[in-house]
Formats: sequence, C-alpha cells, structure tokens
Amino acid sequence: MSVKTVVQDSKPVLRKDISKFAWTLKEMRKNGAAYLMIAPFFILFFVFTVVPVLLSIVISFTTFNMLEFPKWIFMDNYIRLLLDDEIFLIAIKNTIVFAILTGPLSYLLSLFFAWFINELRPKIRAFVTLIFYAPSIAGNVYLIWIILFSGDQYGLVNGLLMDLNIINSPILFFQDTRFIMPLIIAVALWSSLGTSFLTFIAGFQVVDKSLYEAGAVDGIKNRWQELWFITLPTMRPQMMLGAILAITGSFGFGGIITALVGFPSPDYVAHTIMHHLEDYGGMRFELGYSSAIATILFFMMLGANLLVTRLLRKVGT
Amino acid sequence: MKEKSVKAAKRYRSLNRSLGGDIGVYILLALVGSVMVLPLIYAIAQSLKPLDELWIFPPRFFVVNPTLKNFGDLFRLMRTSWVPFSRYIFNTVFYSVVGTAGNVLLSSMAAYAISKIKFPGRNFLFSIIIYSLMFNATVTGITNFITMSALHMVDSIYAIIIPAWCTTFGLYLMKQFMESSVPDEVLESARLEGAGELKIFAKIAMPMVKPAWITLIIFAFNGLWNAGANMYVYSEQLKTFNYAIGQILAGGIARSGAAAASTVITMIVPIIVFIITQSSIIQTMSTSGMKD
Repeated sequence: MSVKTVVQDSKPVLRKDISKFAWTLKEMRKNGAAYLMIAPFFILFFVFTVVPVLLSIVISFTTFNMLEFPKWIFMDNYIRLLLDDEIFLIAIKNTIVFAILTGPLSYLLSLFFAWFINELRPKIRAFVTLIFYAPSIAGNVYLIWIILFSGDQYGLVNGLLMDLNIINSPILFFQDTRFIMPLIIAVALWSSLGTSFLTFIAGFQVVDKSLYEAGAVDGIKNRWQELWFITLPTMRPQMMLGAILAITGSFGFGGIITALVGFPSPDYVAHTIMHHLEDYGGMRFELGYSSAIATILFFMMLGANLLVTRLLRKVGT
Repeated sequence: MKEKSVKAAKRYRSLNRSLGGDIGVYILLALVGSVMVLPLIYAIAQSLKPLDELWIFPPRFFVVNPTLKNFGDLFRLMRTSWVPFSRYIFNTVFYSVVGTAGNVLLSSMAAYAISKIKFPGRNFLFSIIIYSLMFNATVTGITNFITMSALHMVDSIYAIIIPAWCTTFGLYLMKQFMESSVPDEVLESARLEGAGELKIFAKIAMPMVKPAWITLIIFAFNGLWNAGANMYVYSEQLKTFNYAIGQILAGGIARSGAAAASTVITMIVPIIVFIITQSSIIQTMSTSGMKD
C-alpha cells in the first residue's frame, strides 16, 4: 500500500509513523460523517439481508416451528432432504434444468439483441429497445399467455391448430406435462430481457468509436471480429453485471410458474426449489427444514455466479 | 461542415458491415421483436373485444368492433370486492411512493459515502453488496419472517415498506454512477471551504447524479408497483392493486375480457414511465458495469 497522509491540525501524519490499528482508528474518527451516512442503509441491509442468510444457515441445523425453542439436530434436515424427500430431488432437477436453460439463453438473447439494436439509428433504437424491454416491466402481463394458450377452442393457439385441422380437440397446455416446461421457459425468456438487457444496450453505446477505426486498420474485417476483439473486451464490466443479474434471475421465476400452472404443478413437472421452500416454510411451518432448503438454494446461486463470473474474466483474453 | 460529418457517419456505418449482414440483423430484429410485442398487442386487442368476439371460433387475433365494455366490467367487478378498490389503489400508490423515496434517500447517501469518502471498511461493505447481488430474496424469505415477527412488523405496512428501503441493486447503481460522474476535485474544494459531508452530498453530489436517481426511482417504483402478494401481509385492507386484480382474474375464464383489461391497465404505467425516462436510464446503466 502506498504511503497516505492524514491532514489533521495542519500537521500531516504519515501512515508509516503509526501502527496500522492506530491509523485505522484515526481514519475512522476523522470520517465519522461517512459512518453516519451509511448507517441507515446498512443497518436495514444487515437486518433484512445479511443476518437472514446467516440465521438461515444456523436454523437449518435445527428443528424449529416458531412456537418451541429450536432443537439442534445437526445434519438431519439435509439428510432427510437428500435421501428421503423425493419431491425435493425433483425440485433440484427442475431448478437446475430451468436455470441452465433460461440463464444462458436469456443472457445471450439480451447481449445479441442489444448488439443488433445498437446498429439502428438512435430514434428507432429507442423504440425497439422499448419493445424488447416492455415484457419484463409490464406488471403481470405474462398472464396473457394463459389466454393465448387457453385450454379450450377459444384460445388463440388451440383455435388456430384446430382450424388448420392439426388437432381435433383442444390441448390443455398448462395442464399437459409435455407442454408445461417448454411453455414456462418460453414465457420466462420472453419476460427476461430486463435490467441486464438495458446494461448491454448502454454498454454498446459507450464503446469508444475510435477503437473501431483503429481496429479496421489493424485488419478487423467483419462485425463478428469487431464484436469479439474490440466490443466485448471493452464491455467486460457490463458483461459481468449482466451475467450476475441473468443467473440470479434464472433462479427467480417461481412466481411466474405458480401463476401459469398453479401450485403444486401437475405431477410436479414444474416444481422448483422455490416452490418446495414455500411449501415447507409458508404452509407447513417447518422452519428448520425450509431453512435447509433456503441454504442449499443460496449456495447454488452463489456457486453458479462465482463460477460464471470467473469464466467471464477470460473473454477476449 | 455538416455534409462532412454526415459523410463520416455514413463511412462509419459501413465499417466492417456487409449489406447481407445488415439485412440478416434487421430480419432477426423484426422476427424476435414481433414475438416480444405480439402478446402485448394481443392483450390490448383482447381487452377491446366485445363478448361475441371473445367467444368466437376460430378465434381472431385482432379486434373488429372495439369496445371499452371490458374495462367497465373490470370496474364493476372491483366495486363488488368487500374492501373498496380505491383502498388497493391507495395502498399501491402509498407503498410505491414511500418505499421509493426512502430507497433513493438511503441508498444514495450510502453510495456517496462509499464512493467518495475514504473511510476504513468501505471496500469490505461494497464487496458484501456485490455478493448479495448473487442471490435473490427467496433465500431470505423464511428467516425474514422470523425477524419481522420479532420486530412486530408482520401484517403491517412496515413489512412492505422498510425492506424496500435497502435494495442492494439501488446502492450498487448509485455507487457506480457517483464514482464515474462526480469529480473528486469539486468535492475537495467544497471540503476546503468547510462544507460538511451531508451538505456536499445534498448540494453538490446529488444534482450531478440526476440520471442515476431518476433510474433508481423508476426501478424501485416498478418493483413496488408490480408487487403482488406479500408473504408477510395477510390483512385484506393492506394488500395491493396487483394482488386484488389477480384475485379477480382467478374468478375464472369467463372474465377473460376483464382479465385482459386488467393486464392492460397494469402494463401501461411502467411502459409510459420508461418511455419518458429512457435516456436517463441508459445513461445510468452505462456506468453500471462491474469492474474486476
């Protein structure tokens, strides 16, 4: 660390003159205002985000129902989850399949369409951005998919298929186990071009244009080379944030699934860890058991994020 | 002069761009863009259809004789709910406004301190923020219930508003934008003139980061506006417009017209807000990247 000076009473104190601890204390006292300014946010942040995560890890080793004092049972919740709870295994499988399909696809869709949109002229660009972004902010408009794929002949899709004599009787799309997963993935992707998409839109706009001209001189021949060798490396910060948002989002579609196919879903085909958590935490009040579920979910999300951000550091190098 | 820049712009556009590639890009944009927008248009068309067009075989995409009857039905349904509908609307507006105001104030104050005051612990605190972007609220749902019951917040407006004051992403956005758009020299000279940090924050830094707090307002507001059922609130008179609409829609497919009308109502506000604020949001997001 470089030598820093602390200006106090117009007499500079050098960092190396005093012990690290004393220097830190001095700095802390000098910046009292800063601590006052972060206090409101960080107190709430600790109470509602940090402590709950730690608490959930602790409670996951107990059996707890809010009425009696929690009883320490060590790994029993995890053993029961992984060995005795078949539905949880279905939930893990569905969550992973869902995250692996929607996460990367949503990320690539956001990235490539932000890139394509960047080729347009500014006025049209703003309009097309709105079109791609609208489904993700438009409230509960994904419910329109229920009407589009409604299970009677008046639903647009069923009606068309019947009119064209492809099927004879309407398909109950949101009840039929063959269609549930593909449909919710489609709806999830449709509504997933959200904040990470905007991050990319903005990222493409601020790339230094002179880099492209310099690149052309250096032998960049087409738009793909330009993207890979110039644009993406300069956009790495946006790509990192976009990845984190996409991954975290890919674990967060439980609400859409419940709205589209109900809870529990037929044969548990769309049962995810979020639903399992809601079942044991919100309905059965087995808080120890559900904390174990939450803890597993926490480490899955964190692990996926850390893995992918590590990989992304390699882009363009 | 102008001609020259136009020419330069034209030359730039053709740099590394082939005509075939351009056409391919436009076709892809048109195709996927239609998939994105058609359900929204269908929602609008559906909301304007009279009864006989809703129940027609084969079904039609567009409306032939548009009517506002579905919106009338929706309002009539709203009047039959035992908690007056105006209460749900008031709740949504109240939560959105108070939640957003607190969020913007708290996170920009903290973001200012973290990005512009060199106090011990700032890097540590910011790295916790980054980690907390890596999981969502599902994880903390159960334990937050325990915390909230200990604080006697369950089934009160505080259960909705106070957690909304400390969104991680809000602080993150503000911090990144402040770091890149508020020059340290300006702050230094204000400090030399004896201004306190709180005053510098309010009078100098905040006016400089207007796009960022507009963006934060929009994100926070959208989040609260679109919020449906909250797992910590049971009382009917504390629930939101979106939740109440959902209940009406659960009434069955016979209300398909009113259902479409309700989705149109809920989508219109966020979309209009985004149209108005798009340039501020894009400007803010351009600084939002994560440096490693």
